[in-house]
Amino acid sequence: MSNTAIKVEQLSKRYRIGLKEELHDTFIGALASWVKYPFSNFKRVQNLSKFDENIVSEDVIWALKDVSFEVERGEVVGIIGRNGAGKTTLLKILSRITEPTKGYGEIHGRVVSLLEVGTGFHPELTGRENIYLNAAILGMKKAEIASKFDEIVDFADIERFLDTPVKRYSSGMYIRLAFSVAAHLEPEVLMIDEVLAVGDAEFQKKCLGKMESVAKEGRTVLFVSHNMIAIENLCNKGIVLNNGRMKFNGNINEAVESYMTGGKTEYSGEESWQDKENAPGNHQVKLKAIRIVSDGKITGTPGYDHDIEIQIDYWNLTADERRLVSLHVHDVMGILLFTSGNMTSVSSTHDEWCYKKYPEGLFRTNCIIPKELLNTGIHSLSLYINGLGSNDNILLQKHVISFEVKEIQSLRKEYYGKWLGAVRPKLSWKTEKLE
Amino acid sequence: MATYQNSMSPIVIKPNKSWQLIDWKELNEYRDLFYFLVLRDIKSLYKQTVLGFTWAIIRPVFSMIIFSVVFGGLANVPSDGIPYPVFSYTALIPWTYFSTAMTFSTQSLITGKAIFTKVYFPRLIIPLTPVLSKLVDFVISFVILFGLMAWYKIAPTINILWVPLLILLMILTASGIGMWLSALAIQYRDIPHGIQFLSQLLMYAAPVVWPVSLIAEKFGEKAELLYGLYPMAGVIEGFRSSLLGHNPMPWDLIGMGTITAVILFITGGLYFKRKERIFADVA
Repeated sequence: MSNTAIKVEQLSKRYRIGLKEELHDTFIGALASWVKYPFSNFKRVQNLSKFDENIVSEDVIWALKDVSFEVERGEVVGIIGRNGAGKTTLLKILSRITEPTKGYGEIHGRVVSLLEVGTGFHPELTGRENIYLNAAILGMKKAEIASKFDEIVDFADIERFLDTPVKRYSSGMYIRLAFSVAAHLEPEVLMIDEVLAVGDAEFQKKCLGKMESVAKEGRTVLFVSHNMIAIENLCNKGIVLNNGRMKFNGNINEAVESYMTGGKTEYSGEESWQDKENAPGNHQVKLKAIRIVSDGKITGTPGYDHDIEIQIDYWNLTADERRLVSLHVHDVMGILLFTSGNMTSVSSTHDEWCYKKYPEGLFRTNCIIPKELLNTGIHSLSLYINGLGSNDNILLQKHVISFEVKEIQSLRKEYYGKWLGAVRPKLSWKTEKLE
Repeated sequence: MATYQNSMSPIVIKPNKSWQLIDWKELNEYRDLFYFLVLRDIKSLYKQTVLGFTWAIIRPVFSMIIFSVVFGGLANVPSDGIPYPVFSYTALIPWTYFSTAMTFSTQSLITGKAIFTKVYFPRLIIPLTPVLSKLVDFVISFVILFGLMAWYKIAPTINILWVPLLILLMILTASGIGMWLSALAIQYRDIPHGIQFLSQLLMYAAPVVWPVSLIAEKFGEKAELLYGLYPMAGVIEGFRSSLLGHNPMPWDLIGMGTITAVILFITGGLYFKRKERIFADVA
């Protein structure tokens, strides 16, 4: 009896985004072109499902490429990555909602996927009727549903509203009910895609609690989320996806770190783009470089006892608009430590360009994070450039650069080991004898 | 209690290139879901509507009235010796079922895409659900028919025992067309627009407002036989003769219609299964 729950080999999914050739989406269109070009059409239609490895075509994207891994029974695996990395595609393939282009997958046991909360809820039917319906859609048999009914209602806490049409439910009730049904399904393999993003804090706690107990019962869980804290607490293994490929597969803490730092282990202290074409940004602003400067040098490892200067070089491409620059500072787990920006009310020094209309040109905004504030360890910066008075981000680069604040040996005479806390400000302490 | 089904073979995921037949075993496993979806269809249509189930009767009754005035009265279309209202209503019962089942089935993948893009279950359940749920309307509309027959003092013949067979033929045809059209509709966005037009066309092509005997009169016996390939021809004339007794049962038409229905069903199933794998991608 093998211990494998999920085995995946070279799983790949390719999408054709029909730009040049018209992919007919009208029947008349398809028919007409069939009549006109029977042979070339036949070949093209054949090509749609054949994917020659060597053809590199503009109108094709690999949502997943050659992903292979194995999950053992009872493991709780977090799947993390940027938006568009392929996480949902992977789950969709493993849930048999869409077919892979290449590759092979094997799942042992019954699978339940929660890709969206409330799948199949019908607004006109009551809560009671929807429990039956939704449970059936997710794979429960009639008898099973009947035996679990009371538990489901209890967990969702909607007993008073059982016989009211679901369209009258508040969004909180709706989500509680939907999750409750899915949570009581008892599959061997549970796949959850970011459903925790909805719901209030109490609901999230309840969900995580339930998922924890599911994991303790020895079931296998695949969990996709952007909530690094939840992932860290719940999962023991992590898989990092980037642009359809698997970048990391191993211990969850290392996985989260790999994701946050972009897989880099060495920090150069500078990210730059030489030509405007490839630089991040849009027709208004393009980022040229971002640097960490400490003790007079560009470095990826500033010391705890030195001010850290963040230099941001950018091209302004549309004249006569104002620009506001702000930074978000995250720790290695992705937790937002603090934010700051160059607005007058926020900055300790007056940035004369802050409320001026920018002409076209190359600009540098810099910001100084005082010494003895950030804790030692890896940090990551996200950069925002906005127009005045609007919430629209003209430039948004999440986790654009990472750096590591280094310990200075002389400071740690009294205590060894990792310093606790999100930040590590040096405060003034004094003791005096009173009596 | 988590029990691993070790004896069961694992779920295999890989690209599938071949043609496949309908997986009846899998459909059977999901029969509870099928039952709930049909129930949901039936309930949701009538909940919160004041007239409730009478909607099932309104459409065929109003059509009958209009047809009787226009075709029976003004245009003087022959009706095989039966009073026109009964003539047309007997046809309208199976026809209304067929056209609503076809229309809803065609739309089913489009309106239901919220489910099948998020959860796995045999997609075939989706177009087949209206094929079953519309039977409720079908049964309800019989009530008016018996009223009409009593009014015109027409008694049903022994052939009424064949009605279940006709119903089966009707269901088979609706399923076959439903599978074809639903799979086409989710891929080609002009199909749903054309469905109303197609339905109208098919109605006039069917012997709803005119009798099949007209074909033999104008085009000969052979033509009538060929016409039987249209399954609804056999179903409608069969309904008429078994319930009203004015003509013998049109077994030739029914036989031809069965051939078409079976072909539609088998090819529909093949096409649907073949295209099933891309539904979530094109939805």
